[in-house]
Amino acid sequence: MSVAVTKSRYQSEEFSARLRRRYAAERRFRIAGMVAVGIASLMLVVLLGSIVSKGYTAFWQAQIRLEVTLDKQHVEERNYTAIVRQALYAQVPAATDRATRRSLNDLLSSGAPYELEAMVNANPSLVGTTQTVWVRADDEIDQFMKGFIRRDVPESERRLNDVKIAAIDALVANGSIRSTFNTTLFTAGDSREPEQAGILGAVVGSALTLVVTMLLSVPIGIAAAVYLEEFAPKNRWTDLIEVNINNLAAVPSIIFGLLGLAVFLGFFGLPRSAPLVGGLVMALMTLPVIIIASRVALKAVPPSIREAALGVGASPLQTVTHHVLPLALPGILTGTIIGMARALGETAPLLMIGMVAFIVDIPGGLTDSATAIPVQIYMWADSPERAFTERTSAAIMILLAFLILMNGLAVFLRKKFERRW
Amino acid sequence: MSVQTHIPATAMPSRPAAGIHGTKMVARDVKVFYGAKQALKGINLEIQENRVMALIGPSGCGKSTFLRCLNRMNDTIENCRVEGLIALDGEDVYGKNIDAVQLRARVGMVFQKPNPFPKSIYDNIAYGPRIHGIASHRDEMDEIVQTSLQRAGLWNEVKDRLREPGTGLSGGQQQRLCIARAIAVSPEVILMDEPCSALDPIATAHIEELIDELRENYTIVIVTHNMQQAARVSQKTAFFHLGDMVECDDTEEIFTNPRDERTQGYITGRYG
Repeated sequence: MSVAVTKSRYQSEEFSARLRRRYAAERRFRIAGMVAVGIASLMLVVLLGSIVSKGYTAFWQAQIRLEVTLDKQHVEERNYTAIVRQALYAQVPAATDRATRRSLNDLLSSGAPYELEAMVNANPSLVGTTQTVWVRADDEIDQFMKGFIRRDVPESERRLNDVKIAAIDALVANGSIRSTFNTTLFTAGDSREPEQAGILGAVVGSALTLVVTMLLSVPIGIAAAVYLEEFAPKNRWTDLIEVNINNLAAVPSIIFGLLGLAVFLGFFGLPRSAPLVGGLVMALMTLPVIIIASRVALKAVPPSIREAALGVGASPLQTVTHHVLPLALPGILTGTIIGMARALGETAPLLMIGMVAFIVDIPGGLTDSATAIPVQIYMWADSPERAFTERTSAAIMILLAFLILMNGLAVFLRKKFERRW
Repeated sequence: MSVQTHIPATAMPSRPAAGIHGTKMVARDVKVFYGAKQALKGINLEIQENRVMALIGPSGCGKSTFLRCLNRMNDTIENCRVEGLIALDGEDVYGKNIDAVQLRARVGMVFQKPNPFPKSIYDNIAYGPRIHGIASHRDEMDEIVQTSLQRAGLWNEVKDRLREPGTGLSGGQQQRLCIARAIAVSPEVILMDEPCSALDPIATAHIEELIDELRENYTIVIVTHNMQQAARVSQKTAFFHLGDMVECDDTEEIFTNPRDERTQGYITGRYG
């Protein structure tokens, strides 16, 4: 018996061609996806690379060694400038005439005499002795040492004249200039002098602002989300509220700044430039984000869990607090932290309430004048000194570090508390 | 949720003084609406104490809706409106004297899909007694957990891993855990909404045996799509069709000698 070999339609030439086209389409899609990911990664690398390559030098700072003679007369007159200058002239014996010496004065940071004064005040027994101290060099010397001011540029176009460069060479020759880790960057407030400027004031300002934001927006946001998702009747009013919350999340942040200016400063008369007001404004801004994220997390809890709890006689509130909320918590935390991270990086609303200001002191409380990290970045980026360029990048790196830390925390919490059902 | 009790007071069944199988729950002209859509068109039914009542019928006929009226789980559904009277021991469950939370402690429920809490086996059982303040000591709670698991026939399988998550059990074990959770609060009635539909035949046989044992202490109402199951576990069967309760009688009677031809059509598999 012979079996007639009939080809199924799925074995036909036409079908094979169709199959090949399908696979080709899939391959094209894959390649497009990989190219997209590649471009995105490349941009990220370029961005981070440019920030790091410009900013890493800010973590080092040139210092000059001085043999200071703390003679009694000068200390009593509090003429530390003279002490410092004498020590410097001693380091560069070649400089003897007035003009050269005057230009030598610019080698040291204008803060050097104050540093010395602080040292003597802390330890009065130093009076009358000769001490070896390392003081910060002026930012231009620092930049020269880092190679940002080039020797081969004609003197008329160079920011350091030949006399200063000769003096630096002399200092380098006898080992009186060194590069150390720039602790000032982390321990000082803002300053007009780059070598004396630090980010701490802005970090503290940001921290205080975020504390206010968190204390307000987290409980209010979660409570609002729980009410809207679990208890509120679904009617026209709650629909309206939902639409408005979604719209608020898309409102430009400067509008919240204007609102803060009008309401918190104008109506309630709260102090200008204060982290308290910054926090209030940021809380308004992050509330919709937290509410939306929390509602999504609550919605993702399977209804069978609610039924199970209600079925054994739990009240609606017990159902929410014992079962639904714990299960939704990882999602809520992620949303909250991402909202906080957004608030940390926000500048525009702070413009409106006066947190863009040159503030040297480190804020000690919620009503002290303060600024925030992104604002500090903006202000440094605006400064003409070459040394602020690298400090801007360094501040961006510090801000990014905080953001990565917060997002890492969000991922960690999600992994830790996430449960399967 | 609005309830209209326009039933005359005489229609309220009083609790029978004697009789092994007194009436536990009564439904009189129960109508349920989801928005404008009517899901139940006036159900009259009596559920007897310490017996198993099976609700059968094609999908969408309103069995589950009716079941969920008995412990007011329908309260949680938006737009759901219940009319008519449902009484537990002669008391209107939608009346002022009965609170939904209290009612659900008295009328427990087991759902179609096993839904243990994502907590330990122990906590799954202990949750109900804990919120109702049934156990005052740890020992007492341990006792309740053990008894409940024993009654649900799960004790021997899980006694060494009470601290492990309930979600890690097999499907059949999870469903027995849910039954143990329901009986831990000592309800009077247990409602089961297709409790075996997600289980294999062996696990199903387990649960069916269990239902038969539980009948001694509890009144059970079970919704099932499985006719053999209804025949095996129940003493009374009610056939639902398109929102009507067509017929309710002793299970044997329904399966051997149905009065309505729709019932006959359904149980013989002509449609459904």
